[in-house]
Parts: sequence; C-alpha cells; structure tokens
Amino acid sequence: MESRPGLWGWFDARMPSVAEQWRIHASEYYAPKNFNFWYYFGSLALLVLVIQIVSGIFLTMSYKPDASLAFGSVEYIMRDVPGGWILRYIHSTGASAFFIVVYLHMFRAMLYGSYREPRELVWIFGVLIYLTLMGEAFFGYLLPWGQMSYWGAQVIVNLFGTVPFIGPDLALWIRGDYVVSDATLNRFFALHVIALPLVLLGLVVAHILALHDVGSNNPDGIEIKKLKDANGRPLDGIPFHPYYTVKDIVGAVVFLAIFSFVMFFAPEMGGYFLEHNNFIPADPLKTPEHIAPVWYFTPYYSILRAVPPLFNSQFPGVLAMGVAVLILFFLPWLDRSPVKSIRYRGALYKSWLAAFVVAFVILGYLGVNPTTVWGQFGFDAFFLDTKEIATWAARLCTIVYFLFFILMPWYTARDKVLPVPERVTA
Amino acid sequence: MRAFAFIFLLTPLAALSAVTGYRLDSSPHDLRDLVSLQSGARTYMNYCLGCHGLQFMRYKGLTELGLTEAQIKEHLLFSADKVGDAMKGVADPKEAKAWFGVAPPDLSVIARVRGPDWLYTYLRTFYRDPKTVTGWNNAVFPNVAMPHALWSLQGEKRLDIVAHGDSAGHAAVEYKWSEISQGSQSPAQYDATVRDLVNFLVYVGEPAAAERKAIGIVVLFVLGVLFIFAFLLKKEFWKDVK
Repeated sequence: MESRPGLWGWFDARMPSVAEQWRIHASEYYAPKNFNFWYYFGSLALLVLVIQIVSGIFLTMSYKPDASLAFGSVEYIMRDVPGGWILRYIHSTGASAFFIVVYLHMFRAMLYGSYREPRELVWIFGVLIYLTLMGEAFFGYLLPWGQMSYWGAQVIVNLFGTVPFIGPDLALWIRGDYVVSDATLNRFFALHVIALPLVLLGLVVAHILALHDVGSNNPDGIEIKKLKDANGRPLDGIPFHPYYTVKDIVGAVVFLAIFSFVMFFAPEMGGYFLEHNNFIPADPLKTPEHIAPVWYFTPYYSILRAVPPLFNSQFPGVLAMGVAVLILFFLPWLDRSPVKSIRYRGALYKSWLAAFVVAFVILGYLGVNPTTVWGQFGFDAFFLDTKEIATWAARLCTIVYFLFFILMPWYTARDKVLPVPERVTA
Repeated sequence: MRAFAFIFLLTPLAALSAVTGYRLDSSPHDLRDLVSLQSGARTYMNYCLGCHGLQFMRYKGLTELGLTEAQIKEHLLFSADKVGDAMKGVADPKEAKAWFGVAPPDLSVIARVRGPDWLYTYLRTFYRDPKTVTGWNNAVFPNVAMPHALWSLQGEKRLDIVAHGDSAGHAAVEYKWSEISQGSQSPAQYDATVRDLVNFLVYVGEPAAAERKAIGIVVLFVLGVLFIFAFLLKKEFWKDVK
C-alpha cells in the first residue's frame, strides 16, 4: 500500500492501528439508519462522563477531604476560587444529569429489546456501568460533608450491617470507624476520584467494544447485518461517521442547553439536585428528622422501606433492594418474545412495561418523601401492620416492579406479536 | 394530558402538607436592590454578628454591594482587622453555647437551608413566652433557643394559639397576635428591616447568584447559535440518506 504523504502519512506508517480503529469504530461502523430520539442518550452518557471527569479534576484541586475542612472547602470553592461555583454546579448538575441520561438509555433498551441476543454482553456491561455509577454517586455525595451527606452515608453503610452474621464487621470495615468519620471521608474520596472512575472507564470501553462487535440494534429490532450489498455493507446501515457524529452533535447541543439552563438558573432544582439540608454542616450528634437519598436512588430506597422487617431484622428490605437492581442482569433471558421491538409486541408486554414505569416513578416519588406523605387509612384491620397509605402504595409498586421481571417469561411468550418487516422502517 | 391529570391528583396532597405549621409569608426581597442589601448588612453587623458568624464570607465581599473598602473599615469591620478577613462571630462559640444551650450556628448558607420565606416569617413572629428560658418563643420555630435579637425594633408581642376542630374533623389552629409594647420602628418599618436583612442573607448564601444568571443568558445564547449551525450541518449530511 502506498503510504500517504505529509505528517499524517509519517504517523500512519508507524502506527496504522489508529486509522484502523477509526475505521472500525467510526468511518466504517455501520449503524442502522433509522435511529430515533431515544438513541441520543448513549452518546450523551459519554458526554456527561467527560464533563464529570473534567469538572471533577478541577474540583479536586481545591477540595479538602478532611472532616473538619470539607464543608468549608466546598464553600471556599463557591466563593473564593475564580469560576469555582461554575465547576461545582457543573459537577452537581452533572451527577443528576448522568442518572437521567442513563435511565433513559436503559429505558430505550427495554423499548426496543436491545438487550436480546446477540447483545447480552452489551447489556451486562451496561448494568455493571449502572452499578458502578451508583457507587460513584454514593461515595461522591459524602464529600460536601453536609447533614444529608453524613446521614445518608450512615444509613447506606448500616444497610450492610444488616447482613446476617458478618454484617456489623462488614459495616465497620467499610466505614473504617464505628461511625461515619474522617477515616470514612478519606476512603470515600479515594474511591470517588480514582478507583470507581477507572472501573467506569474500563466498563465503558467494554460496553462499546461489545456493541461494535455485534452492531447496534434499532427501533425495529431487526438485524441489519442480515441484508448486505455487494460490498458487504448492510443495506440499512450508514457509516457512524459522519452521519451519526453530526446528528449527535445536534443532540449534544440541545442537551447542553437544558443542562446549562438548570445549572445557571436552578442549580438546586428545588432541592432535588442539591438538597437544602446539605447546606448544614455534618453533625454526628444530631440526626435529621427526615433522611432521604438524592432522587436517583429513591425508587430503591422506597423498596427498602416498603418491605417489613422479619425477626426484628431489616435484612429482607435490604435484600429486596439489592435484588431489585441485580435482577436487571437477567433481563436478556427473561424475555421470551419472538420479536425485540415494542413496535411489534402485543398489548401484554406494553401494559406490563407501562405498569413497570408507573411503579418505578411512584417509588421514586415516595422515596423522597417521609412515609407519612399520603396520610393514614381511616380504618383498621388485623393485617395492617402500618396504617400509612404511602407504605402500602410502595409495597404495591414493589410487587409490580418484581412481577414485571418474574412473569416476563410467561407474558412475553404468550403475547400476540405483529409480523416484523424485512427492512427497517422510517 | 394524562400527565396533567396525574399532577392535578397530587396537588391537594401537596397543599395538605403545606398547612401544617405556621403559614409562611412570601419574602419580598430583591437581590438587585443594593440599598436594601447595604441596609441588611448594617442590621446584620449590629444585631446578629455578635453571636452568628458568616465565616465563609469575607468583609471584602461587601464591596460587591456597592460599599468601598474605607466604608467597610469604618462602619462594619467588627470582628476582624483586615477587610480580607472572614466575618467571624464576635462571641466565643463555647461561651455562647453555655448561654443559650446550643452554639449559635454560622449563618453563611442559612438562606439555602431555610429559604427566604421561612427567614422572613421567622424574624417577624417572635413573641413573649414566660415558659421558656429566654422569655421568648417563635411561631415558626417553636421553643427556639434564640431570644428576639431585634425586639428593640419590633417591640414585644403576644401570641395566643387557639385550636378548633372544623367540620371535617381536621384540627385548625388560629393565631391571634397582640401587642405588649411598641418598638422603635413601626410595623411597616420593621417589615422593611427584616426584608433587607433576609435580602442580605440570601446574597451571602450565594454571592455568585447574580453573576450566575448573567453568564447563563450568554451561554444559552451561544448554544442557540451553535444549534442552528449543528442542525444545518446535520441536514446537509443527511440529504443523501434514503
């Protein structure tokens, strides 16, 4: 092969794998041409990851991971560090934006069956990313050292303490102390700025490699690799670059506009992105009346609270919460439908998915509120261990959440599906 | 449409939770009003800083409110030597804790914790109560440890809390205010003093707030322009996708 002239030719002759990777992952990666709105969230998740890493690096330059200095150092960043408040708001808004984007990205997979064969590994790496992200967000939330940081961490670490036999030692090992303290802050800082970001980056690479090996799914749930032209290119595929790079730039600009609107005009987002009580410095001697995690954890927090204790142990709730997340791993094998996309599925799957989404949103809403939010039942009965309406609503939603997965093999197999076309539709 | 119906269903629930406790007045503060902010700063330095520091705020920051360093040095520099210093409280926190049973908290970010409406109502609803240690109580913050620091301005008030049951069986509480002694300010003047003080506290809670909104408008404008180019670029490339 004739080598190209100039600097690029010189470079290419010595390291041809760069051009090779560019071809595999961009200029000759054939993506279905019918991606819709839902397909923006993958590239947006990558964008938020970059935003978080860059803003995080700069925050680390002024933040002090020390129980007596942490709260003040955040206020110092907000006031005395030039542009510090911008960095802090980018990072705090970015944390919530990350979960919004990832939740929508996961929902897209559920809409179009993107977790189905041959993309099971893509899905598994995705769920691992989600789990890592939860850890990353949890460790990061302790760092401002406000009341919610402190007591939120206390509550979550205590969950590990409910594990039978090893629980108390496990909680002690995580905290590095008998209560959440300076030792805990230091290790959470290390995990937040080094350990989990490394894991996250590795998983993102694996997620994308696995995707590009099997090719992207699409809103019709058709394998575009089945029909190829004379050159071996999928008939319904277009090169990722330039078509989807220019399209994703449009999506990124719209996303950044919404993101900027929040961070410049409503950075607290009414107490959901930055909780009001987290502006009170952590006080180990004063438990707040109402401890709620940040909104992105509240569906699972609701499940935890909904499950009644057994033999004076909260472990069943903790177990339910853990299983609620881990059950996502099994999704590819629970779905027995002959079709992938919701476009060709029947009423059964559509109803179950709708019920699941409603249950998830209600659980999230209840999780930010105290269990007294909906008042009490006006009657009494022997089976009512609590008369709180919200607790019973959360139990109902928890059941719907789990039934969506447990009954999936049955209702997907028996659903009346529509015929799937040969080629993608517009 | 369905989403709206859902929100309407939830509205009465939100309203229900709001009626518990003393109803908060809406704070009329205005961060663009520099005179009000300066007046609030003066009230704070004279009546609050004795116990409550603003440790994350520097005296120098008051120049943002239109004051010169010379003015700050002469009139407001009570707890430090240099304008670059932090606005620490004057009282020793340990002694203050002995006096009040609880150390008076630093108020740098109190407006972000409580919100302006709460502060505006709280500072106007102190009343005489012989049952408390300080002789003062508060309608918004029952059994608060702080005595009424601004009482010489507002005067002393009396509050009778009358509980009635209404027809639906819900307990309704009526608050009856009466005056024991007059302060040096009229009720309207006192409301204005509190408005300015709250304005100052909101400013101190986030000094960058004004700059934040100004930059935000520019950023959104730039992104708007960028959107036009990005959209046209996409359209041009996608012309050949059939």
